[in-house]
Amino acid sequence: MVLELQKPRPIWQIMFSTHHTDVGLLYTITSIAFFFMGGALALGIRAELFLPGTQIISDSMTFNRMFTVHGTAMIFLFLLPFASGVGNYFVPIMVRYKDMAYPKLNAVAFWMIPPAGALIWLGFADFTWYATPPYSAIRAPGPAADMWIFAQKILGVSSVLGAINFIVTILKCKHPDLPLSKVPLLAWSFLSASLIIIVAVPTFAAALVMLLTDRLGVSGFFDPAKGGDPIAYQHLFWFTFHPEVYVLVIPAIGMMYEIIPRFSRKPIFSQSSGIFAFVMLSIVSFSSWAHHMYATGMSFTEKTVFMIGTLAAVPASGMHVFNFIATMWGGRIKFATPMMWAVGGIALFFSAGAGGVANAAMPFDFITHDSYWVVGHFHLFVMGTIAFGSIGFLYYMFPYITGRMYNETWGKIHFIMSFAGTVMVFFTQHVLGLYGMPRRVYDYQPYPEYIVMNQIASVGAMIIGVSMVIWLINMIYSAGKGKEANMDDPWGLGGKYYFPYQAKNPHH
Amino acid sequence: MSGHSNWPEWIYVGVIIVLLAYVGAEAWNVERLVEHVPAEAEVIKVIGQQWFWTFEHADGTKEVGELHVKKGHAYKFEITTKDVNHAFNIHDYVVLQDAVAGRVNEVWFAPDKAGEFPIQCREYCGLLHYNMRGTLIVEE
Ligand code: HEM
Ligand SMILES: [Cu+2]
Ligand SMILES: [Cu+2]
Repeated sequence: MVLELQKPRPIWQIMFSTHHTDVGLLYTITSIAFFFMGGALALGIRAELFLPGTQIISDSMTFNRMFTVHGTAMIFLFLLPFASGVGNYFVPIMVRYKDMAYPKLNAVAFWMIPPAGALIWLGFADFTWYATPPYSAIRAPGPAADMWIFAQKILGVSSVLGAINFIVTILKCKHPDLPLSKVPLLAWSFLSASLIIIVAVPTFAAALVMLLTDRLGVSGFFDPAKGGDPIAYQHLFWFTFHPEVYVLVIPAIGMMYEIIPRFSRKPIFSQSSGIFAFVMLSIVSFSSWAHHMYATGMSFTEKTVFMIGTLAAVPASGMHVFNFIATMWGGRIKFATPMMWAVGGIALFFSAGAGGVANAAMPFDFITHDSYWVVGHFHLFVMGTIAFGSIGFLYYMFPYITGRMYNETWGKIHFIMSFAGTVMVFFTQHVLGLYGMPRRVYDYQPYPEYIVMNQIASVGAMIIGVSMVIWLINMIYSAGKGKEANMDDPWGLGGKYYFPYQAKNPHH
Repeated sequence: MSGHSNWPEWIYVGVIIVLLAYVGAEAWNVERLVEHVPAEAEVIKVIGQQWFWTFEHADGTKEVGELHVKKGHAYKFEITTKDVNHAFNIHDYVVLQDAVAGRVNEVWFAPDKAGEFPIQCREYCGLLHYNMRGTLIVEE
């Protein structure tokens, strides 16, 4: 077995290791820890919004800091590192190489995350995860804001280093007998996402430096009084972060490409269409960034261009959905826990995409923009699709990491509760947006229709919260006491499909 | 391709593209119409600042927090800010436009119902962002 975590070792051996499965484990555990911390903030936010007026958070500044750190932590400290964890485990195995191309660099990229996480959590900034000037430059209280900026800087470098490593591992270290077109789609997803990172991240890195010097008062890049322009920041920011949403979603789709065929007991419907759609997505992800800026006073022409650019990304996403359904079609599907998460994630991916198309339609965006609709929209992706894919994949990896099985019944309960909760929270948030409730508000007017929807959302969030505690207990308990997994076929799926974990690792 | 025919996928992608083209064309057309400001629209200057709205009518009168307009008239808002970014929003009339430092953004509307409608800020602007509200009063 390649994923050798079954023999207990002292923790420092794992911490100072540069082996890809150890670094993968560090990434995975760190990201899950941040997931629970970020989740606690989310529950606090939802508790506060259960009723109008003040509930559990005494002042709006604390509330603002909470949603800022919630968003930042979930994206940069949970989703991205989790994906890196999966990539570390599987990319070298899938391209049949002994390790990542640059093992030390790999460990360095990981070890940049904990200090960045500490800066974000100890600073507790309030300027939302997109830190828009002038607020972030002239009003946001330091040192929290500055700590956030430094943290983002570190995380950006870490993710570029990780991306370089994945690209080189896949393109240069791949076994000579393995043509690129036969590399499993999970590894392809890391190749695509890493290429996006390399192109996208530098603009935000530049924006961060400008923001910092603006804050220090030595420049005025984003200050109109000094000849700057705050809109410039928004372009730099979204040029990084619209593509970045695909950096998040593409590996999750890759994880589903592992799970769906396996549990449908059928090969993937079309490997080449999966590859095509990944490559398409990495290209068109760069054509739509300013759809976040329709209301900033863009001209009609600019809006039209970015609407078309946004719609252009949809067919490729649709091709993945098609590929999943066609793979499941006529398969002998086994709805074990990982499969339930993957299928649930695909359903939510589809609804999220439909909402995205609506946003992209310019006149409609003036109803939804910066309302709770947008919060619902992107959470159907970040929670419903990406976190679902990731959680499902962690169940899937579990026997390979620990040598034991998790508890299947509790795994299913976890899924059902989370799915119900996710629908309750994020579909109602779409409705709240249509009613006109702005996002990022500590309080709302006591309209009965606002109250009902907020309460459904808050109850849904609590259901998710409980289910995640169940998950945590299941993971911890089963890692030590779960029944031994049958490592050749943990889920009793039978069959002889290509299964990368069984690939011989030539250097072992 | 792995040997099997892929025509269902092509049909599926074709259908998606047709639907998207329809949505895009429709959106383009509607946006083109709603952005066309009528010539007789009366200018109202909207100034956002932490955390309230000031309105200045064409005749120079100013209001804070409340905005009085007449039913059936067209108005053009010229929106700006004194400090950080805000977003001027009258949800019932689909009026939404950012107040951006150093710029004047325009949006117009013509109220067709008398009554009171909430005005709010929809772009995060700090401590009391949630409470940066006002009232639109449409008179007969
Ligand atoms: C079918 C593909 C998609 C389309 C057409 C789409 C469209 C849009 C549009 C037009 C907006 C702007 C809404 C507004 O602020 O008024 C938006 C916001 C957003 N989308 Fe998507 N989107 C898609 C996929 C995704 C994916 C895959 C993710 C995440 C993985 C994502 C995450 C977000 C986020 C985070 C925001 C809000 C950003 C913010 O204002 O804080 N979207 N989307
Ligand atoms: Cu976007
Ligand atoms: Cu505001």
